[in-house]
Amino acid sequence: MDVVIIDYNAGNVRSVSYALQRLGVDPILSAEAEVIRKADKVIFPGVGEASTAMRFLEERNLKEVIKELQQPVFGVCLGLQLLCTHSEENDTEGLDIFDVRVKRFEPKLKVPQMGWNSLKSMNSPLFDGIDENSHVYFVHSYYAELSDYTVARSDYINPFSAALQKDNFYALQAHPEKSGKVGERILENFLKL
Amino acid sequence: MLTKRIIPCLDIKDGRTVKGVNFVGLRDAGDPVELAARYAKEGADELVFLDITATVEKRKTLVELVNRIAAEINIPFTVGGGISSKEDVSALLNAGADKISINSAAVKRPELIDELALEFGSQCVVVAIDSRLIEGEHIVHVRGGRTPTELRTLSWSKEVESRGGGEILLTSMDHDGTKSGFANELVAEISSSLSIPVIASGGAGTMDHFVDTFTTGKADAALAASIFHFKEIGVPELKKYLREHNLPIRIER
Repeated sequence: MDVVIIDYNAGNVRSVSYALQRLGVDPILSAEAEVIRKADKVIFPGVGEASTAMRFLEERNLKEVIKELQQPVFGVCLGLQLLCTHSEENDTEGLDIFDVRVKRFEPKLKVPQMGWNSLKSMNSPLFDGIDENSHVYFVHSYYAELSDYTVARSDYINPFSAALQKDNFYALQAHPEKSGKVGERILENFLKL
Repeated sequence: MLTKRIIPCLDIKDGRTVKGVNFVGLRDAGDPVELAARYAKEGADELVFLDITATVEKRKTLVELVNRIAAEINIPFTVGGGISSKEDVSALLNAGADKISINSAAVKRPELIDELALEFGSQCVVVAIDSRLIEGEHIVHVRGGRTPTELRTLSWSKEVESRGGGEILLTSMDHDGTKSGFANELVAEISSSLSIPVIASGGAGTMDHFVDTFTTGKADAALAASIFHFKEIGVPELKKYLREHNLPIRIER
């Protein structure tokens, strides 16, 4: 099975790659359209700032490539946010897979949310075998609103989408590659899709 | 609910784990990768690796070690010690570190915080502050806590935040190594004045000390080294204890 991690200037590419290796999968890191299109599974990671990441995708002509993928695609952290319609982070237009807006947390508590928070109301094969209220690791200042595509939620300042799903597109706000055994199970579940 | 984090700290010298008592008199507590994997399995929420040799010629060794750690463990980790440039940071992040921690270099040239936040994102820039009480004032110290600066701890913390630091690792040099509890008054003052997370460090001796720093001290996370290395307190029993005291704590099932 060819698993491709979209390799752009995102800090966690290496970590995602290691996490897959621990599961016995040797991923391909690539920003080449042809390599991405041919993959069995595509992981779209991300750490950093939304508009910079979108600009990179535009420069590499990857926007349409990602949108047209038919195989299972997994957006992680910023990857989730970029799959949405719009992000308040520097007023960035996203890939519009999920008709969802990404907003900044009101600073009623510390922002970014940094640490382990619980998953609730999970409703996706991504979460097979994972108990309600299991913890995963988050680092983010922006969140996707709850929507029809929400397949897990979490609460910080307000309820938000911890995971989204539509057709072949799956996305998780937390970092599965850094979320201990729960994160490993989520990655494993994605690889089984 | 966002949980309080328990962070074992591994001091690294020449690729081995050590722990100083008040930063002198080092004892060997094992192989960092092995220890890190054990902590991750036991339920540690994050790990911090502080390279206390951090000489230029040892830099490459550290990058190799970070690579091995990243390949092995499945929780976030921070690397610090002697980091003073974007190149240092880039090498460590590329090796798989999730965050880096800077200390003296940030005091010497505060713009470094801005530059790192811009280049790599605030989320991976931890600023470590070593504070010691001098004539009733909390004063920032550098060079492993040996050298006082002109900076007050609160005002420096605020500057760190405004320059884009993502988190503060606050060590009380007065409490470090004493096992008499965290410097909760100081931690609470800093934590409630900032909107970025504060990690309390220095002074952990009992499980109640952790309860206190999360309640009285308003800490977002608590860091300790020797009590974990020498198995005086186990991470699982500590987390169970904190949960019994109604603190939000992650326990992996």
